[in-house]
Amino acid sequence: MAKTDLIGGSLWEQYSQKVNDRMTNPRHMGEITHEEAQKMGARLIVADYGAEVCGDAIRLYWAVDEKNEKILSAKYKTFGCGTAIASSDVMAEMCIGKTVDEALKITNLDVEMALRDDKDTEAIPPQKMHCSVMAYDVIKKAASIFKNVDMTVLEDEEIVCECARVSLRTIKDVIRINDLKTVEEITQYTKAGAFCKSCIRPGGHEKRRHYLVDILKEARAEMENEKKTMFMETRDFKSSNLIQKHKLVEEMLNDRVRSNLLVEGGNLEVVDMKESGDITEVYVHYLGSCQGCPSSLTGTQKYIEDTLRQELDESIAVVVV
Amino acid sequence: MDRIYLDNNATTIVDPLVKDAMDPFFTKMYGNPNSLHSFGTEVHPFMRLAFDRLYSGTHARDEDDIIMTSCATEGNNTVVKGVFYELIRTGKKQEIVTTQVEHPCVINSCRFLESLGVTVHYLPVNGDGIVDADILREYIHPDKTALVSIMWANNETGLIFPVKDIAGLCRENGILFHTDAVQAIGKVKVDVQEVPVDFLTFSAHKFHGPKGVGGLFIRKGVSLPPFFHGGEQMGGKRAGTINTSGLIGMGLAMELAVQNLDYEQKEVRRLRDRLEDGIAVIKDTHIIGIRDMRTPNTILVSVKGVEGEALIWDLNRNGVAASTGSACASESLEPNPTFVAMNIDDELAHTGIRLSLSRFSTEEEIDQTIDIFKKSVERLRSISMSSTE
Repeated sequence: MAKTDLIGGSLWEQYSQKVNDRMTNPRHMGEITHEEAQKMGARLIVADYGAEVCGDAIRLYWAVDEKNEKILSAKYKTFGCGTAIASSDVMAEMCIGKTVDEALKITNLDVEMALRDDKDTEAIPPQKMHCSVMAYDVIKKAASIFKNVDMTVLEDEEIVCECARVSLRTIKDVIRINDLKTVEEITQYTKAGAFCKSCIRPGGHEKRRHYLVDILKEARAEMENEKKTMFMETRDFKSSNLIQKHKLVEEMLNDRVRSNLLVEGGNLEVVDMKESGDITEVYVHYLGSCQGCPSSLTGTQKYIEDTLRQELDESIAVVVV
Repeated sequence: MDRIYLDNNATTIVDPLVKDAMDPFFTKMYGNPNSLHSFGTEVHPFMRLAFDRLYSGTHARDEDDIIMTSCATEGNNTVVKGVFYELIRTGKKQEIVTTQVEHPCVINSCRFLESLGVTVHYLPVNGDGIVDADILREYIHPDKTALVSIMWANNETGLIFPVKDIAGLCRENGILFHTDAVQAIGKVKVDVQEVPVDFLTFSAHKFHGPKGVGGLFIRKGVSLPPFFHGGEQMGGKRAGTINTSGLIGMGLAMELAVQNLDYEQKEVRRLRDRLEDGIAVIKDTHIIGIRDMRTPNTILVSVKGVEGEALIWDLNRNGVAASTGSACASESLEPNPTFVAMNIDDELAHTGIRLSLSRFSTEEEIDQTIDIFKKSVERLRSISMSSTE
């Protein structure tokens, strides 16, 4: 939220002039008949994608020269909003003159880029990015018909966010490498979920195979498990260095000791740790009601020391300062 | 190009008479009515007249309250959250019943209360697109239900809900009843005696008054805490300096709306029917809701093979302002609950267009709109694959 967000309803104002033009005067809209394809000496490919039920549907026509696999002509029919029509129109234009394999490389991001008036200003608002995805998918469909293969064969990776074309692998990696904890962070790092938002959680624009919330949850759980395993492995107190020892002591105090002190309004902090011979000395300073408590130098100290000795190592000695 | 405005369920033109009536309160009688001096007190007779007009326009009794608000959203928030404070937070009752087709200001207020642990039932509409007393009966309980909030008429379809039966049922069961009458004032008779509501909300800009002012009717004896705390304005029930020009404009707008009810029912209805008939002859169009069950100014139409936003885009390019009945322009594309309940073909879920007239609509505009509508549908169907099948 900021000053620029205070006036709503500016959806159409965010369309580029090119989107406006293509919507008003589409250039490649129409059909290619068998006769027309024959005249060009080409094979006719007709691919359907989407459904009116979902709000977007497109039929793509290609006339393909079978000798060199070049797309000689491309036309389309589409049911959709202005941005869907404009995206379809530019997509058809981009297919013409390319080979089928070259056309397969066209993504919705290329289509959106081609619709920009200047390269730094988005052609359509985020929630409409979704409309350009269909243009990408129908190319894949057409190519699969041409190659006589299943459409999934042409998918080289699992895409989670279709608008920004972010794969499952990328999202998992970015969570792990950058230790991401929220969906917002994933969006910041990858742009996944920044557009139509369908991939964030169930119940959005359309149903998805993967949702960012689940991917995050799974990745975090995996990371936690790994951490625990690592902790178990380095749990051997004696062979740890002083920094690792300090970490283990702190974790043990947090897990077992502090909560009991807090009940009485007290607490402690570890101010120093020293290794003298086989003994590891833990210097603690009492806080809150522990300060000046009669038992703090006897019972409490013994309780802390016993806990650390039992759970970590017999060599620990607690010194109150 | 002369533009044609057919989005009167969103907002309306301010009646020039209303604008003139408001004018003196900006630069001449600009005093704060709560001041003791003459600048303040000289506004009082005009405010009194405005309240007289609001009371008689809705048939409220003098002992009832009609509180000035900033809009119906404020009024609806005041009711839903106020009942929460009054009856639910105090442990007297637990639940709220509303519908799936209420305005977002009611739905989202209820969702907020759900986050605080309140149980809310969102009733579906029936095959006719309305919620009737029989459906409601299954969801209310005299000991549990704190509030029933059901609109008088729906903004998208124009369908009029049987609020008289619903209000009666609530009263029999000792349950407070609120109705959002934003789409009813000026279109149908609104009488709070005939329809025994406890709360009723309206907004001036929907009946040719100014934006930024609305009303909340509270029946005598019904207790509701204020939403705005502050000074003593509105008897302490709604603090904040009184929007004098707005209140005075709303008063006159209400009087004119009631005076024009007959015109609305006859002439606006005639023009609406003319437009509807003109559109209905186009192949594969579907008008939603039985004509006689709708407010006289509203049409919600689906055109097979033509996506809603694309159609309003084309209409707008040709000077006609309409709005989508589908959610395509928003981030959520969930099917419209009214469409789902009325078993409207799924393929039509993204094709709804709403046209809403007012007493300022002319026959010439309607005839032009029919022409433009036909041409736009023809163009968009030539792009769409539906027409090729």
